[in-house]
Amino acid sequence: MKIPARHSSGVTILEPKGKITIGVGDVALREAVHEAVDAGATKILINLGEVTTIDSSGIGELVAAYTTVTNRGGNLKLLNLPPKVQDILQITQLVTVFDVLDTEEEAIASFGD
Amino acid sequence: MAQSSFQPRVHLEIESRLENVELAQLALQEALAELEVADDECYAIGAAVREAVANAIRHGNGVGSDKPVMIDLGVMGSEVIIRVSDRGPGFDPERLPDPRERENRLRPGGRGILIMREFMDRIEYSFFSRRGTELTLRKVLGVPLRGGIPQQEEKR
Repeated sequence: MKIPARHSSGVTILEPKGKITIGVGDVALREAVHEAVDAGATKILINLGEVTTIDSSGIGELVAAYTTVTNRGGNLKLLNLPPKVQDILQITQLVTVFDVLDTEEEAIASFGD
Repeated sequence: MAQSSFQPRVHLEIESRLENVELAQLALQEALAELEVADDECYAIGAAVREAVANAIRHGNGVGSDKPVMIDLGVMGSEVIIRVSDRGPGFDPERLPDPRERENRLRPGGRGILIMREFMDRIEYSFFSRRGTELTLRKVLGVPLRGGIPQQEEKR
Protein backbone atom coordinates (compact mmCIF):
# COMPACT_ATOMS: atom_id res chain seq x y z
CA MET A 1 0.00 0.00 0.00
CA LYS A 2 1.45 3.34 -1.02
CA ILE A 3 0.14 6.43 0.70
CA PRO A 4 -0.90 9.14 -1.74
CA ALA A 5 0.76 12.55 -1.39
CA ARG A 6 -0.27 15.88 -2.89
CA HIS A 7 0.89 19.45 -2.52
CA SER A 8 -0.98 22.64 -1.72
CA SER A 9 0.54 26.07 -1.02
CA GLY A 10 3.91 24.53 -0.18
CA VAL A 11 2.43 21.93 2.17
CA THR A 12 2.84 18.21 1.49
CA ILE A 13 -0.39 16.42 2.36
CA LEU A 14 -0.26 12.69 3.02
CA GLU A 15 -3.55 10.83 2.95
CA PRO A 16 -3.37 7.33 4.44
CA LYS A 17 -6.54 5.26 4.22
CA GLY A 18 -7.81 2.27 6.18
CA LYS A 19 -5.55 0.81 8.82
CA ILE A 20 -2.32 2.13 10.28
CA THR A 21 -1.52 -0.95 12.27
CA ILE A 22 1.31 -3.37 12.84
CA GLY A 23 2.42 -4.89 9.57
CA VAL A 24 -0.39 -3.21 7.59
CA GLY A 25 -0.11 0.56 7.21
CA ASP A 26 2.69 1.43 9.63
CA VAL A 27 5.56 0.79 7.22
CA ALA A 28 3.73 2.60 4.40
CA LEU A 29 3.37 5.69 6.59
CA ARG A 30 7.07 5.62 7.50
CA GLU A 31 8.04 5.33 3.83
CA ALA A 32 5.69 8.15 2.77
CA VAL A 33 7.09 10.52 5.42
CA HIS A 34 10.70 9.68 4.58
CA GLU A 35 10.01 10.11 0.87
CA ALA A 36 8.49 13.54 1.49
CA VAL A 37 11.34 14.65 3.75
CA ASP A 38 13.96 13.34 1.32
CA ALA A 39 12.26 15.37 -1.42
CA GLY A 40 12.78 18.49 0.72
CA ALA A 41 9.34 18.86 2.31
CA THR A 42 9.37 20.84 5.56
CA LYS A 43 5.61 21.35 5.98
CA ILE A 44 3.86 18.01 6.22
CA LEU A 45 0.20 17.48 6.95
CA ILE A 46 -1.16 13.99 7.55
CA ASN A 47 -4.87 13.76 6.83
CA LEU A 48 -6.20 10.92 9.00
CA GLY A 49 -9.83 11.38 7.96
CA GLU A 50 -9.97 8.07 6.07
CA VAL A 51 -8.12 6.04 8.70
CA THR A 52 -10.36 3.39 10.24
CA THR A 53 -8.03 1.81 12.79
CA ILE A 54 -4.78 2.72 14.47
CA ASP A 55 -2.84 0.71 17.04
CA SER A 56 0.26 1.34 19.12
CA SER A 57 2.50 0.60 16.12
CA GLY A 58 0.64 3.16 14.03
CA ILE A 59 0.85 5.67 16.85
CA GLY A 60 4.56 4.89 17.12
CA GLU A 61 4.97 5.68 13.43
CA LEU A 62 3.18 9.03 13.85
CA VAL A 63 5.55 9.88 16.70
CA ALA A 64 8.58 8.76 14.68
CA ALA A 65 7.36 10.87 11.74
CA TYR A 66 6.97 13.88 14.03
CA THR A 67 10.50 13.42 15.33
CA THR A 68 11.99 12.91 11.86
CA VAL A 69 10.37 16.03 10.45
CA THR A 70 11.08 18.19 13.52
CA ASN A 71 14.72 17.10 13.65
CA ARG A 72 15.13 18.33 10.10
CA GLY A 73 13.71 21.71 10.98
CA GLY A 74 10.24 21.03 9.59
CA ASN A 75 6.71 20.90 10.92
CA LEU A 76 4.33 17.96 10.96
CA LYS A 77 0.65 18.40 11.77
CA LEU A 78 -2.42 16.18 11.78
CA LEU A 79 -5.76 16.81 10.10
CA ASN A 80 -9.28 15.35 10.48
CA LEU A 81 -8.87 12.95 13.40
CA PRO A 82 -11.59 10.27 13.44
CA PRO A 83 -12.98 9.66 16.97
CA LYS A 84 -11.12 6.37 17.40
CA VAL A 85 -7.79 7.97 16.52
CA GLN A 86 -8.60 10.94 18.74
CA ASP A 87 -9.30 8.53 21.61
CA ILE A 88 -5.93 6.80 21.24
CA LEU A 89 -4.09 10.13 21.06
CA GLN A 90 -5.92 11.20 24.21
CA ILE A 91 -5.13 7.96 26.06
CA THR A 92 -1.45 8.23 25.17
CA GLN A 93 -1.32 11.98 25.92
CA LEU A 94 -0.07 12.63 22.41
CA VAL A 95 -2.71 15.30 21.94
CA THR A 96 -0.23 17.48 23.80
CA VAL A 97 2.47 16.76 21.21
CA PHE A 98 0.68 17.05 17.88
CA ASP A 99 -0.85 20.13 16.36
CA VAL A 100 -4.27 18.90 15.22
CA LEU A 101 -6.45 20.82 12.76
CA ASP A 102 -9.99 20.28 11.56
CA THR A 103 -9.92 21.74 8.05
CA GLU A 104 -7.31 21.71 5.31
CA GLU A 105 -7.55 25.48 4.82
CA GLU A 106 -6.98 26.12 8.50
CA ALA A 107 -4.11 23.62 8.54
CA ILE A 108 -2.35 25.11 5.53
CA ALA A 109 -2.70 28.62 6.94
CA SER A 110 -1.26 27.46 10.29
CA PHE A 111 2.08 26.54 8.71
CA GLY A 112 2.63 30.18 7.74
CA ASP A 113 4.97 31.26 4.95
CA MET B 1 -9.62 -16.62 39.77
CA ALA B 2 -8.77 -20.28 39.61
CA GLN B 3 -6.70 -21.10 36.56
CA SER B 4 -8.53 -24.40 36.14
CA SER B 5 -11.97 -22.71 35.88
CA PHE B 6 -11.08 -21.07 32.60
CA GLN B 7 -12.63 -23.12 29.81
CA PRO B 8 -12.19 -21.37 26.48
CA ARG B 9 -14.96 -21.15 23.90
CA VAL B 10 -12.40 -20.26 21.26
CA HIS B 11 -8.80 -21.42 21.06
CA LEU B 12 -6.35 -20.12 18.50
CA GLU B 13 -2.75 -21.10 18.01
CA ILE B 14 -0.80 -18.87 15.66
CA GLU B 15 2.73 -18.66 14.35
CA SER B 16 4.82 -15.74 15.55
CA ARG B 17 4.37 -13.64 12.42
CA LEU B 18 3.14 -10.04 12.48
CA GLU B 19 0.47 -10.65 9.83
CA ASN B 20 -1.20 -13.01 12.30
CA VAL B 21 -1.99 -10.12 14.64
CA GLU B 22 -4.72 -9.05 12.25
CA LEU B 23 -6.04 -12.61 11.84
CA ALA B 24 -6.23 -13.15 15.59
CA GLN B 25 -8.10 -9.89 16.14
CA LEU B 26 -10.58 -10.65 13.36
CA ALA B 27 -11.21 -14.20 14.60
CA LEU B 28 -11.89 -13.02 18.16
CA GLN B 29 -14.07 -10.13 17.03
CA GLU B 30 -16.09 -12.55 14.91
CA ALA B 31 -16.58 -14.80 17.93
CA LEU B 32 -17.64 -11.80 20.03
CA ALA B 33 -20.08 -10.69 17.33
CA GLU B 34 -21.65 -14.16 17.42
CA LEU B 35 -22.17 -13.64 21.15
CA GLU B 36 -23.92 -10.36 20.24
CA VAL B 37 -21.37 -8.22 22.01
CA ALA B 38 -22.01 -4.54 21.23
CA ASP B 39 -19.92 -2.99 18.46
CA ASP B 40 -18.09 -0.55 20.72
CA GLU B 41 -17.15 -3.33 23.14
CA CYS B 42 -16.05 -5.55 20.24
CA TYR B 43 -13.83 -2.72 19.07
CA ALA B 44 -12.35 -2.16 22.54
CA ILE B 45 -11.64 -5.84 23.12
CA GLY B 46 -10.27 -6.22 19.60
CA ALA B 47 -7.92 -3.27 20.10
CA ALA B 48 -6.62 -4.77 23.35
CA VAL B 49 -6.19 -8.23 21.79
CA ARG B 50 -4.24 -6.70 18.93
CA GLU B 51 -1.77 -5.17 21.38
CA ALA B 52 -1.55 -8.34 23.45
CA VAL B 53 -0.84 -10.56 20.45
CA ALA B 54 1.63 -8.09 18.93
CA ASN B 55 3.55 -7.97 22.22
CA ALA B 56 3.53 -11.76 22.51
CA ILE B 57 5.02 -12.05 19.02
CA ARG B 58 7.49 -9.18 19.21
CA HIS B 59 8.64 -9.23 22.81
CA GLY B 60 7.62 -12.73 23.94
CA ASN B 61 8.51 -15.25 21.25
CA GLY B 62 10.26 -12.96 18.78
CA VAL B 63 9.06 -12.26 15.23
CA GLY B 64 9.54 -15.28 13.01
CA SER B 65 10.29 -17.60 15.91
CA ASP B 66 8.96 -21.14 15.68
CA LYS B 67 7.26 -20.73 19.06
CA PRO B 68 3.48 -20.36 18.86
CA VAL B 69 1.20 -17.79 20.47
CA MET B 70 -1.96 -19.21 22.03
CA ILE B 71 -5.12 -17.15 22.35
CA ASP B 72 -8.15 -18.30 24.33
CA LEU B 73 -11.51 -16.59 24.67
CA GLY B 74 -13.92 -17.49 27.44
CA VAL B 75 -16.99 -15.98 29.05
CA MET B 76 -18.11 -16.06 32.68
CA GLY B 77 -21.53 -14.52 33.06
CA SER B 78 -21.19 -11.13 31.39
CA GLU B 79 -17.40 -11.05 31.66
CA VAL B 80 -15.21 -11.71 28.65
CA ILE B 81 -11.87 -13.29 29.49
CA ILE B 82 -9.05 -13.55 26.99
CA ARG B 83 -5.77 -15.26 27.63
CA VAL B 84 -2.74 -14.71 25.40
CA SER B 85 0.22 -17.01 26.02
CA ASP B 86 3.71 -16.97 24.62
CA ARG B 87 6.94 -18.78 25.45
CA GLY B 88 8.86 -15.65 26.38
CA PRO B 89 10.84 -15.31 29.60
CA GLY B 90 8.62 -12.53 30.94
CA PHE B 91 9.32 -9.09 32.33
CA ASP B 92 8.28 -6.81 35.16
CA PRO B 93 5.29 -4.76 33.97
CA GLU B 94 5.70 -2.40 36.94
CA ARG B 95 9.14 -1.34 35.74
CA LEU B 96 8.01 -0.22 32.31
CA PRO B 97 8.16 3.55 31.79
CA ASP B 98 4.81 5.34 31.66
CA PRO B 99 4.45 6.47 28.02
CA ARG B 100 2.22 9.36 29.12
CA GLU B 101 4.99 11.06 31.06
CA ARG B 102 6.38 14.08 29.25
CA GLU B 103 9.88 12.61 28.91
CA ASN B 104 8.51 9.41 27.32
CA ARG B 105 5.94 10.85 24.94
CA LEU B 106 8.25 10.90 21.92
CA ARG B 107 9.37 7.31 22.33
CA PRO B 108 8.23 5.30 19.33
CA GLY B 109 7.08 2.32 21.43
CA GLY B 110 5.84 1.28 24.83
CA ARG B 111 2.11 2.12 24.53
CA GLY B 112 0.61 -1.35 24.07
CA ILE B 113 0.01 -2.14 27.74
CA LEU B 114 -1.44 1.31 28.34
CA ILE B 115 -3.94 0.76 25.50
CA MET B 116 -4.86 -2.68 26.86
CA ARG B 117 -5.43 -1.25 30.34
CA GLU B 118 -7.56 1.53 28.93
CA PHE B 119 -9.81 -0.73 26.84
CA MET B 120 -10.18 -3.59 29.32
CA ASP B 121 -11.26 -3.65 32.98
CA ARG B 122 -8.26 -5.63 34.15
CA ILE B 123 -5.10 -7.12 32.71
CA GLU B 124 -2.86 -9.51 34.58
CA TYR B 125 0.46 -11.07 33.67
CA SER B 126 1.60 -14.45 34.97
CA PHE B 127 5.06 -15.82 34.35
CA PHE B 128 5.94 -19.50 34.39
CA SER B 129 9.48 -20.81 34.17
CA ARG B 130 8.59 -23.67 31.83
CA ARG B 131 5.66 -22.54 29.76
CA GLY B 132 6.33 -18.82 29.47
CA THR B 133 4.11 -15.78 29.83
CA GLU B 134 0.33 -15.63 30.15
CA LEU B 135 -1.60 -12.41 29.87
CA THR B 136 -5.22 -12.46 31.01
CA LEU B 137 -7.49 -9.64 29.90
CA ARG B 138 -10.96 -9.16 31.40
CA LYS B 139 -13.89 -6.97 30.54
CA VAL B 140 -17.38 -6.93 32.01
CA LEU B 141 -19.87 -6.08 29.32
CA GLY B 142 -22.61 -3.53 29.69
CA VAL B 143 -25.23 -5.96 28.50
CA PRO B 144 -25.16 -9.66 29.50
CA LEU B 145 -23.88 -11.95 26.78
CA ARG B 146 -26.27 -13.98 24.72
CA GLY B 147 -26.34 -17.28 26.58
CA GLY B 148 -24.19 -15.62 29.21
CA ILE B 149 -24.45 -18.31 31.87
CA PRO B 150 -21.50 -19.40 33.95
CA GLN B 151 -19.33 -21.47 31.71
CA GLN B 152 -19.04 -24.39 34.10
CA GLU B 153 -22.80 -24.95 33.82
CA GLU B 154 -22.61 -24.73 30.10
CA LYS B 155 -20.17 -27.65 29.94
CA ARG B 156 -22.64 -30.23 31.27
